[in-house]
Amino acid sequence: MSELILQNISKTFGSITALDEVSFTVNDNEFFVLLGPTGAGKSTTLRVICGLEKPDSGHVIFDGEVSDDLTPADRDVAIVFQQYSLYPTMSVYDNMAFPLRAPGRKVPEDQIRKSIEQAAEKLRITHLLTRKTVQLSGGEMQRVSIGRAIVRRPRVFLMDEPLSNLDAKLRESLRAELKHLQKVEGVTTLYVTHDQIEALTMADRIGVLNRGKLIQVGTPEDIYDRPANIFVAKLVGTPRINLLAVERQNDSWNITGLEININLAGTNDLPESFMLGIRPEDVSLNPSGEYPGEIELSEPLGVETIVHIKSGTAEITCLAHGLVQLKHGDTVRFDINKNHLHYFDEQGNRI
Amino acid sequence: MATIELKNVVKKFGEKYAVKPMNMTINDGEFVVLLGPSGCGKTTTLRMISGLETVSSGNIYLNGRDVTWAHPSNRDIAYVFQFYALYPHLTVWQNIAFTLQAQSVKKDEIERRVKDVATLLKIKHLFKRHPGRLSGGDQQRVALARALVRRPTAFLMDEPLGALDADFRETMRSEIKHLHITQKATTVYVTHDQIEAMAMGDRIVVMSDAAIQQIGTPAEVYHDPANLFVANFIGSPGMNLVKGHYRAGKLNLPGGGVYTPSDIWKTRIEKQLGDDQDVILGFRPEAAWVVTQDQLSAEVFLVEMNGSNMMLDLHLSDQVIIRVRANRGVNYSIGSRINFDLDPQMVRFFNPATEAALVME
Repeated sequence: MSELILQNISKTFGSITALDEVSFTVNDNEFFVLLGPTGAGKSTTLRVICGLEKPDSGHVIFDGEVSDDLTPADRDVAIVFQQYSLYPTMSVYDNMAFPLRAPGRKVPEDQIRKSIEQAAEKLRITHLLTRKTVQLSGGEMQRVSIGRAIVRRPRVFLMDEPLSNLDAKLRESLRAELKHLQKVEGVTTLYVTHDQIEALTMADRIGVLNRGKLIQVGTPEDIYDRPANIFVAKLVGTPRINLLAVERQNDSWNITGLEININLAGTNDLPESFMLGIRPEDVSLNPSGEYPGEIELSEPLGVETIVHIKSGTAEITCLAHGLVQLKHGDTVRFDINKNHLHYFDEQGNRI
Repeated sequence: MATIELKNVVKKFGEKYAVKPMNMTINDGEFVVLLGPSGCGKTTTLRMISGLETVSSGNIYLNGRDVTWAHPSNRDIAYVFQFYALYPHLTVWQNIAFTLQAQSVKKDEIERRVKDVATLLKIKHLFKRHPGRLSGGDQQRVALARALVRRPTAFLMDEPLGALDADFRETMRSEIKHLHITQKATTVYVTHDQIEAMAMGDRIVVMSDAAIQQIGTPAEVYHDPANLFVANFIGSPGMNLVKGHYRAGKLNLPGGGVYTPSDIWKTRIEKQLGDDQDVILGFRPEAAWVVTQDQLSAEVFLVEMNGSNMMLDLHLSDQVIIRVRANRGVNYSIGSRINFDLDPQMVRFFNPATEAALVME
């Protein structure tokens, strides 16, 4: 059992507020992802949890135990960084054994061997154990770093953008491996990233952080389907959500820039002007579609094609199934799925 | 206007091949992407085209002219790097105008050309700023403007979006593509990101181990990969590749499942491999769909939310995981068994010994 609670954590550096009353709970065995752009306060949060940074106010609580006075070593957390920080002159085996051989741990060597072999097998690095770490590729080094963290059996696993230095393809396969591993090992994990696809695919729950404030906490479905504000709506989902300004008169909407008039019954509770959000997958090409447009650009990704449609003076992005052969200047018609619309008020908050 | 041709171009560092004998022709106005993992030789190839790196042997032609040993400055090619390499002490305007001034272009022409590119890239409002105070995206726009303003015959771009945040990367990706559509300058673009390659390339040159694995349009490399490397590298995630045993019209898969290939594939397998042989079945995650009747079956191991859709990780057997795309809104519980079928149009087969795709003639 291990549960991690952050309670009203605030931290300032001079006049800059890095964290502002941040509170959340990472449940036992949960994979919790903290998602936010550069400078959101993600790394500061990790440093506070480790004890590398002292918060101005608030508490970090491990399994009900307030850890304010615990040293980093006594907190029993393992952290995996973006940069691998392995000892280059040591073998993979010795790198992994290092934390277990620390004075005061007194783990017998045969037990060390056993846990390293187990971890190595799970991470598919058994064949690398005798190699020096300088001879490894980036992906292998990151596997070793993760292995070194696993053998310690920490109560909480912290990961600071561990995949962001890797090639796109490698990132993708390690993403799945990490998630598998976390499920099998059942370690409480807090994972920090600026990559929304990592957050959506790996997390049990996501906390969205912006400028030191926690904006929304929820499952990937919550965050994607019901973003709390425009910031979150734009942060998750690729290609990005379409955002259009609307002036409404009764049930009739005038969308700025677009040659589109939407009539939607029962929308009288919406403000007279608001922002409309439409996910690209809710825009579909259809020869007999309701709205006209012209192709600005199409980006075939394989499984789907991102189609940028110009309609009036505005551009709307559509995610079409498969490889659609369209070129700049083609005229098309499209539909909008009116069951999945998002509305935001003038402050950007979800209505 | 430019065509670029590589004939038996080789680069060796000591005894090690950085680029094995390479042949390719890049047509005038084409956007060609060199794609591959780090260390595959794509950047070395680009640097040889630019003249920043010498060739060990072979020839490079620009518009039919042999430029193999021409100085970089005599090739009339602009190079855009991952790191912007802007002059920090110069303003944006000065950074863009710099090369024209060095070429002693007339003042009013410089004014006009700088203004034109800046309009195109929407950076006119930044003229008086210094690069250090710009966002990554704006810095890369300035770097592009500086390359464009020279009106080179060709553009070489080395991971120009690599240093940008994911969010910016997507915007810049469509901007560069859009720029290419309007300017039609021959472009060679290097990336390790297959999504970028698919989205931008007229053709993609897939590289691995210092050699070209396949040259093709995005549709060709996606649907008809030449070998296992391309099948796995293209797509996110890559193609599912499952080794089975083919006998008497049936493919026996790990975990006990049996897949029956279409008649045309049976003929191809028997002709190209023979009967009673191992063969690798390949299919994309979207080529499998969940059905109620018993076709192939697997255990749900993991469900990944991808935004607009879901990805299911299925255990075909203990050792073999396949990934299948599913619509949102259905609840697949972990540990349950599901049945699925494959779109016969999207099934491919590979020779396990050579790793090459079976030919579809």
